[in-house]
Amino acid sequence: MTLTDAARRRDRWSVAGTGVGWGIATAVPVLFLAVFFVWPVVALVVKGFAPDGALDLSPFVDVLTKPRTWRLVGLTLAQAVAGTAVSLLVGVPTAYVLYRLRFRGRGVVRAWVTVPFVLPTVVVGVAFRAVLGEGGPLGFLGLDQSFVAIVAALAFFNVAVVVRTVGGMWERLDPRAEQAARTLGAGPLRVLRTVTLPRLVPALTSAASVVFLFCATAFGVVLVLGGRRFGTIETEIYRQTVQLLDLPTAAVLSVLQLVVIVVALAVAARARRHRENALELAAAEQAAHRVARGDLPVVGLVAAFVLLLHVLPIATLVVRSLRVPGGGWGPGNYTALGTRGQRDALTATVWEAGAASLRTALMATLIALVVGGLVSLVLSRSPRARAARRARGLLDGVVMLPLGVSAVTVGFGFLLTMDHPFGLPTDLRTTGLLIPVAQAVVAVPLVVRTLLPVLRAIDPRLRQAAAVLGASPGRVLGTVDWPIAARAAGLAIGFAFAASLGEFGATSFLVRPGSTTLPVVIYQLLGRPGAQNYGMAMAASVVLAVVTASVMLVAERLRGYGTREF
Amino acid sequence: MSRNTRARTSAAVALAAAAALGLGACSSSDASSAPAAGGATSGSPTTVNLVVHDSFVISDAAKAAFEKESGLTLNVVTSGDGGQLANQLVLTKDAPLGDAFFGVDNSYATRVVQAGVIEPYTSAALPTSAARFAVDDAGSLTPIDYGDVCVNVDTAWFDKKKLTPPASYEDLTKPEYQDLTVLLDPTSSSPGTAFLFGTIAHFGTDGYLDYWTRLLDNGAKIDSGWSDAYYSDYTGGSEDGTYPVVVSYNTSPAETLDEAGTSTTTAAVLSTCTDQVEYAGVLAGAKNPEGAKKIVDFLLGQEFQSEIAAGMYMYPVLESAGVPDSWTSFAPLPATTNDVPAADIAAHRDEWLSDWSDAVGQ
Repeated sequence: MTLTDAARRRDRWSVAGTGVGWGIATAVPVLFLAVFFVWPVVALVVKGFAPDGALDLSPFVDVLTKPRTWRLVGLTLAQAVAGTAVSLLVGVPTAYVLYRLRFRGRGVVRAWVTVPFVLPTVVVGVAFRAVLGEGGPLGFLGLDQSFVAIVAALAFFNVAVVVRTVGGMWERLDPRAEQAARTLGAGPLRVLRTVTLPRLVPALTSAASVVFLFCATAFGVVLVLGGRRFGTIETEIYRQTVQLLDLPTAAVLSVLQLVVIVVALAVAARARRHRENALELAAAEQAAHRVARGDLPVVGLVAAFVLLLHVLPIATLVVRSLRVPGGGWGPGNYTALGTRGQRDALTATVWEAGAASLRTALMATLIALVVGGLVSLVLSRSPRARAARRARGLLDGVVMLPLGVSAVTVGFGFLLTMDHPFGLPTDLRTTGLLIPVAQAVVAVPLVVRTLLPVLRAIDPRLRQAAAVLGASPGRVLGTVDWPIAARAAGLAIGFAFAASLGEFGATSFLVRPGSTTLPVVIYQLLGRPGAQNYGMAMAASVVLAVVTASVMLVAERLRGYGTREF
Repeated sequence: MSRNTRARTSAAVALAAAAALGLGACSSSDASSAPAAGGATSGSPTTVNLVVHDSFVISDAAKAAFEKESGLTLNVVTSGDGGQLANQLVLTKDAPLGDAFFGVDNSYATRVVQAGVIEPYTSAALPTSAARFAVDDAGSLTPIDYGDVCVNVDTAWFDKKKLTPPASYEDLTKPEYQDLTVLLDPTSSSPGTAFLFGTIAHFGTDGYLDYWTRLLDNGAKIDSGWSDAYYSDYTGGSEDGTYPVVVSYNTSPAETLDEAGTSTTTAAVLSTCTDQVEYAGVLAGAKNPEGAKKIVDFLLGQEFQSEIAAGMYMYPVLESAGVPDSWTSFAPLPATTNDVPAADIAAHRDEWLSDWSDAVGQ
């Protein structure tokens, strides 16, 4: 076969076969997001602005002229920026220690750091108030119901996102560039600043935009830890919708929230597009080294962070879960998990709810992986046509929106749209199928932001070379993209699974037939009187934490199998 | 991902799809039989959907009894808390989530009635003693259970300090009780809303905001929800708590018994109580209105009413249904309550809440 033959052949498939393939790869996620995200949100906003069919924009003026609204916008931004900054400051050194250093127990610490990510906000509220409250170990700081408490809790949740996203990239950065710089006489800080960090920018901006969205739309944590002085657009939407059913006001706030989020994302996307380039990637373990003397300050710092931010609140939960009703200590709360609570306060035992949670999370992960995987694949290619590039940029932004739109808006939107949608013979709202779907919608951005930096880092010349040598597009995917992406896929699976397992917002705003998930059960237990119910809520939270940590440990292992499985 | 998981997941999807189809078959037959509603002809609905708040509990035995008696399959669909339930019912007026509902409380009752979500139905099973809970003359809503939101005090804490616990709303603003009270945000908590209405009933619409301001001046703390206040700040509910006065329920003292179970360490201040009543009703546009009425009747029946106190921590409206012994001993009902008439709640609810937010909640 001559070179011109190969080129002609490539042209042919790039016009016909590839077109169809990429068309499907784009259509599936776009349809999914259109039906299960855009439609419900638009429906609720329309209901707010045009309750009787006639458009009424007067609520816009009302809401936007209230000083309270702008105070909330300011608080939302301040809290999101501070939360993101602290998460990065803590997360980046932690990523270094957990992904570039080799030491015993590293896998366990990696899994541990992810645990907060899935704890229900109610539980985190309890844990933080237990630590910071006037009677708690850090009560003397006077931080209860303060801005600092909110930011600390946001960091508690989101350090995991930074560690995982940045760490996943860092561990595969070819260390030779750094070694060369060191040899040429650069100090470690200079190497970090001029060689390492620039190469981490894609992962850093990826992580920062996800964390920013999580912080900007944080809801339970702000409600519990902020008291009456601190609120965000999100908590206000909750109050207006759930307490007052003032849909016009909620609609204006939803639009306002969207504007804030879109502007923030546009800035992040700009930064990302310019920096997400092909990098020299190495095998994961190749880049890690044993703890050297020079690493000790970082290790000490990270240990202190982890102790303060992760161990203290979770230890509080464990301690409380072991405190049995009537004083004293013991495993009573754990044995009670096999029951339906004090005087059968629950419709199912906690173990049954746990099993239901796992089933739901599995389904959600599968959906998120398919949708998010396709999106990443589409976004990782650089089309030549300008319009196509623009469309790609749009998709890149839209796929992030589920993290930035209020769970209340989506949940209530589902109620409006999912009654016999598209003439289906069933009322989807009451089947329970929407729960994994809603969880997947939230997990898709995480999958994309985990897979995409890795896929984009693949040198496009590798793919071109494969194609020139006669590989079909499917073969290029299988032999070039897959082996590299598979290692990140384990991480994406773990992330999506953890996010689904801990998801509370959207799940609690949907209607549920029969079975319910663990975070919802914990919330129900906390809402009932009785020391035993409280103890069970603590024990169930610990169980959720352990299950999550185990899942993350397994996901770490999965990454090794990726290449073999294909 | 292992093949095993994949197989299980696809099995789950297949099952769900099958279930969906099954439901679909039911609902389409419902539609065709709608004109002949009431007749037990073939093709009449075989299921009834009950939408409930997330504190709803029904035993398997009671559920089976209903299904046997009525010949219908009971589907329980859980919405969120009471406020979410009420608002979801209003939002889905054109396409109701079920046939009947349970769990809308008196602070939201008038909202669902005014929104036209309800098909009025007065059950023959409604005890006459429950007449005082009626929301309107049409009998739109059926009271099923009630309880009281009251200030609770940690009597053990006050004994240890050799202090007299507060005994009224007014006491809470006195200097000797400075920094001792934790309250609930009425815009995010339903017992919080009930307590706000109690202060409005007691101090009047002119006086309640002034009272709240004085409460805050006296060092009262406001938490976003009941569990947060009770389990984090209240000395009677948490070993790390520092506030011996909290807004909770009149039944809470029955959950704080000492080890011997012969006395309780906390008490409700009975002059500060507000009734919280939970209602059931038939949804307008129900696919199975006859089934909806049957389930409302059943919720008032002896069997279900006897389960209410244990499962939902509320008093059944049927007096013969009974409550746990510990309630009789340690959780007496208040003789008088501070209640706002339903019509006033309907007219002013949103206004009161936003006035409160502007005056206190910032």
